[in-house]
Amino acid sequence: MTNPIDAGGAAAVSTMPASAPLRVRRTNPIKEILRPLGQLLIFVLGSSIVMALITVALALILRPTRDDMDMLQITLILLPQVLIDGLVLGFMYATIALGYTMVYGVLEFINFAHGEIFMFGAFAGVELLLWIERTNGLDVGNLAAYGLIIVAIIVGMVISGLLAITTERLAYRPLRGAPRLIPLISAIGVSFFLQDMMRFMQSAINGDFYRTFPDFGPFGKRITLFSMPLDDRTIDIAIQVKSLIIIIVAIIMLVGLNYLVNATRLGKAIRSVAQDQRTSSLMGINVNRIIALTFLIGGALGGAAGVLFAFKFTRADPYMGFLPGLKAFTAAVLGGIGNITGAMLGGIVLGLLESFAAAYLSIFTNGAMGAEYKDILAFAILILILVFRPSGLLGSKTTQKA
Amino acid sequence: MSEQPGKSSGSKSTKRDLSDEGLITRLLAGPLGPIFVIGYLAVVTFLLYREPRALLLRFLLFAGLLLIYYMPHKAWLKLLLAGVTVVAIIPAVGLKNPFLLEIGFQVATFATLALGLNIVVGFAGLLDLGYVAFFAVGAYLWAIFGSQQLWQLHSSPGTATVYNVFPLGAWWFWPFLIFGITAAAGAGMLLGTPVLRLRGDYLAIVTLGFGEVIRVLANNLDKPINLTNGPQGITPIQRPPLPDFILHGALPNWLSQVSGRTIGEGDMYAFFFYFLAVVWLVFTIAFAGRLENSRLGRSWTAIREDDVAAVAMGVPLRRTKLTAFAIGAAFSGAMGVIYAANRTFVSPETFSLTQSISVLVMVILGGLGSIPGVVLGAAIVTMLNIDVLQTLSLQLSSLRQGTGMIPLIGVPWAELPTQLDPARYQRLVFGLLLIIMMIFRPEGIIPSRRRKLELHEDDDPLAPPADSENVLITSTGGD
Amino acid sequence: MRKLTVLMSLVMVFALLLAGCGAPPPSAAPAEAAPAEAAAEAPAAEAPAAEAAATEAPAEEAAAEAPAADAASGTVIKVASQTPLSGPQSSLGTAIKNGAQLALEQYGGKIGDFTVELAPFDDQATPDIGVANAKQIVGDPSILCVDGHLNSGVMIPSSEEYHNAGLAAVSPANTNPTVTDRGYPEVNRIVGRDDVQGVVGAQYAFNELGLKSVYIIHDKTSYGQGVAEFFRTEAGNLGMDVLGFEGTEEQSNFDSIITPIIAANPDMVYFGGIYSQGGVLLRQMREKGLNVPFMGADGLDSSEFVNLAGDAAVDVIFTTTSVPASAFPRAAELQVQYEERFGEQFQSYAAYGYDAMYICLEGIARAVETAGGMPTRAEVATEVRATTDFDGITGMKTFNDIGDLTVAQYVVLRVTSADAEKWGENEVVQVLDIPAPTK
Repeated sequence: MTNPIDAGGAAAVSTMPASAPLRVRRTNPIKEILRPLGQLLIFVLGSSIVMALITVALALILRPTRDDMDMLQITLILLPQVLIDGLVLGFMYATIALGYTMVYGVLEFINFAHGEIFMFGAFAGVELLLWIERTNGLDVGNLAAYGLIIVAIIVGMVISGLLAITTERLAYRPLRGAPRLIPLISAIGVSFFLQDMMRFMQSAINGDFYRTFPDFGPFGKRITLFSMPLDDRTIDIAIQVKSLIIIIVAIIMLVGLNYLVNATRLGKAIRSVAQDQRTSSLMGINVNRIIALTFLIGGALGGAAGVLFAFKFTRADPYMGFLPGLKAFTAAVLGGIGNITGAMLGGIVLGLLESFAAAYLSIFTNGAMGAEYKDILAFAILILILVFRPSGLLGSKTTQKA
Repeated sequence: MSEQPGKSSGSKSTKRDLSDEGLITRLLAGPLGPIFVIGYLAVVTFLLYREPRALLLRFLLFAGLLLIYYMPHKAWLKLLLAGVTVVAIIPAVGLKNPFLLEIGFQVATFATLALGLNIVVGFAGLLDLGYVAFFAVGAYLWAIFGSQQLWQLHSSPGTATVYNVFPLGAWWFWPFLIFGITAAAGAGMLLGTPVLRLRGDYLAIVTLGFGEVIRVLANNLDKPINLTNGPQGITPIQRPPLPDFILHGALPNWLSQVSGRTIGEGDMYAFFFYFLAVVWLVFTIAFAGRLENSRLGRSWTAIREDDVAAVAMGVPLRRTKLTAFAIGAAFSGAMGVIYAANRTFVSPETFSLTQSISVLVMVILGGLGSIPGVVLGAAIVTMLNIDVLQTLSLQLSSLRQGTGMIPLIGVPWAELPTQLDPARYQRLVFGLLLIIMMIFRPEGIIPSRRRKLELHEDDDPLAPPADSENVLITSTGGD
Repeated sequence: MRKLTVLMSLVMVFALLLAGCGAPPPSAAPAEAAPAEAAAEAPAAEAPAAEAAATEAPAEEAAAEAPAADAASGTVIKVASQTPLSGPQSSLGTAIKNGAQLALEQYGGKIGDFTVELAPFDDQATPDIGVANAKQIVGDPSILCVDGHLNSGVMIPSSEEYHNAGLAAVSPANTNPTVTDRGYPEVNRIVGRDDVQGVVGAQYAFNELGLKSVYIIHDKTSYGQGVAEFFRTEAGNLGMDVLGFEGTEEQSNFDSIITPIIAANPDMVYFGGIYSQGGVLLRQMREKGLNVPFMGADGLDSSEFVNLAGDAAVDVIFTTTSVPASAFPRAAELQVQYEERFGEQFQSYAAYGYDAMYICLEGIARAVETAGGMPTRAEVATEVRATTDFDGITGMKTFNDIGDLTVAQYVVLRVTSADAEKWGENEVVQVLDIPAPTK
């Protein structure tokens, strides 16, 4: 194992050789909380500014191609809203990407079924809220509504975490040590199986297989940040309450995970297993337990992201996990897979990229290319990154091992 | 299927081989074997001729080919029996029920795809999750040039006036078979070049992305130039011209008399495409079989096992991998052309990720790297997909129309939600198949000899992955 | 050895599965025949093979028995329905199938001496499955007519097979012009066309609502994009400003599509696509503060739309070719019968499934009469095409020479309630009788 989970910002770009002994580091809990916060802030600001600059530059270059509208003006007016949407999406990707990165860091194995674990979390949350709606109704006060959302997220985390452990136990552990292709194919199998399993359960119980997130509480409300004039009207740049909640929850989880991995005994054990399983087991670490815990944590994060996703986009269906899962994997690779900080950066960059592509491609190309090309862009970026910098933006050079 | 005589299974050395094929082979040994097989085929054919729409008989007919494969007899005998089944029995029964030809056509189509993918994944060890993209390249190539799409480059999909002049004559189908091969091989190289340095699992994701890119492009290239007609799909696509005496006149009339139903142009084309697909499949089998043991095939094995050692031994890594991508893609390119002509319609939905995965399932199920295995895998999955699950659904819905009760739980069939129809649950079946195969029999139903040895060398499940690096079958491409 | 057992048990399970599916509905009794067959096979094989034969034989017999009961006797005529019975669009597809079933039951299930049965196929809204099913349908000589499909993208390739086999097809829902424009004598439809529906929508928006600019979204399906294109063309002709034309396959995240709409500031949003996507899009639009009128086509015509969109669904306007039951005097009666029979909410497509089935049945009945026995498919196709002044639940139907209705009805509806139960009470704002366009 050459690529331990490495959350230190400085260490992430260092060229610490693979065989270097685990650094013994005295951790300051407050520092461990503040540092990732600072990193996140830098990532958000940095990538927002970079994306905005690129977009404005493109608008300036392409301005003469369209005479029916002022491209620069439109671009600038859309910019804040596109940024906000992109960041919300980016935080969601980041939360999912952490699940991939944790598992990859420890096992060097792409958990293809992570998107489905995410989907199960979404359904768990939605079903809970729908159940409450049926039994007690959801006409509750604001505070209780926030409480319910948190409960839904926790339930989603628990279900997804347990599911992740179960799949690990049943479908991956028997294959540990087998040639690399084998667990990967098993994971694809798990992914397909879980999709139709959920569909089956939903169909058997509800007769239909997608669920709509119940409409309650103050979450749909929009907080207007500022207004911009356009011709004879003003455009409100606003953020929905639920988008804010998503960002806050995501940040709490990112920071919490960072703390867990870097400042606790458990985290130390995880890092040590990532480094060298055999030696870890000699040191008295129960490797199987640590691997299971890694799946639990990754799955729980995925579950939380699932509930948030359904919350934001108002619906859950059995196939909802696949594409976000793929994108989150792209994000993890983009940042440098196996690297927690990298996953966050990758998620944010990808979210922004997609949001920008969907909003601007049509304007820039005069309708020749539309929002549909955003997926192509995401995959193109993935290929480029893998070809030119296989270790990702923040990964160490040794990520890709011969 | 007949290409690989059962060398390993026929000899006495199969004693240590605990799999069921050893059993079947031993049962079929001796002079009674061929007699039993011939009798079996005769009985099935007879029953099928009487009951052309019985699902199980269809299944048994295809199982007959498997029996032939397992016979421990001379290759010519097996070839003869298989040939008779494919060339005579299936078309004969297809006269009664054209659906059998459709199954035959689809099995041949997907077997060819699976063989192509087998070259990339099984021989060279490069996991490709977007394989159906090459199929799409072939299909769209003929779809664009073999239809009236070229007249509609500048009109929105679905709004153009229907022209009735095809820019290219139907006979261009034949050259386009070659173009399809070339274009798909080109696409294979296009994908291969940038990802040469990637290792197994990264490669899987990138190829998956590539597959999606091709599908999204097919779905979106209706503007600025309307090349693919977007989601509307392209129709009608020309079929290759057949001589008049085949389509009309004495032959179809005679066939109509024999079969007791009207045999028209469409049916004759069904026969034609069935044979065309089978011919291409046989060619692919032969080609892949030759390749496997050629210098190139051994190079693939070498880079699959250990690319560093392979390079040290003088195997050109770049060229070897690219050839794998190109050749693997080429087979499905030609099949794409055939498929487009058969369907006279292509739309992006056919080339989804699920399709790519189902081709992969065929390869894995049958046996990675094993040509007969892959063909068997394709047959099983295809029949499951278009026949078994659908028929199950039909049976269910007829039960639902009745007043019967579900046994055990005592709920009327009528209350069973339609969402539970088995046809919808291919992914569940595939997923389970993949997991079970990986855990219990990763080498597939008919394993290739080499892989079987590899996978059963050491069964210690707790061996740390670090150790497994030495036997990684897919650890190709690292640098 | 353990692996052998596992494999063998897998094979057994598979065999049982097959046996199960081949088994006829409870009435037939294959149990008797099975041992005989097994005994017959056993000596042929060597001793251990008997085991395999024994597992296969009962299944084989069962499969052989099932179709034998109906096909061999030759007194059964089937009408196939092919619609999505599962998947996101199953609520529409099931309505059509149920409507067809109800029609068959009310018809009496008999034509002359022939028993008529419904063979419902599930096309999963996928062209590949549709074509494979079509081949299976064509391969069953007792099937004389097809009632389907829901999706034009499936109908177009599948009907190539029907055409090849000379099998009559009556479409209860396909509005794409290509369906009939190919001029196949077998392919008919009892609904209007997208090139008229899109036009009706655009004219209503422009003339009646007085809207001057539009942003068009479609779902990148054959149907959705088709109707959106016709809307765009007509909107352009009328002088409406088309501010955007965007297709998306996205099912959940519409954020980045909605933002440019807000900037473009259209008078209305037109959506070409199916309710499962449209409902979510609409809800997110409203959440983002985009409150302009929302308009769609018949893909929105399902009570599920309201479940997905919630309160946002009220005042949505959509055009459809399937007139709500409330607009037809006899439909109310049918609605009651339908809900009694199936325990499901009536959807307007059910009435079309019903009418398509009835046209099939009457066509077959005429052909049986002329042929004096089992008619050929070609005879049925001719009779179905000859349908004149059929007085159906959904109005008078007469086919023209390419299988379109000579006069089709187009309706503009307004959603009145966020309660899915009240979907049938949507307000009919405009009804137009428009003859099929001539080329």
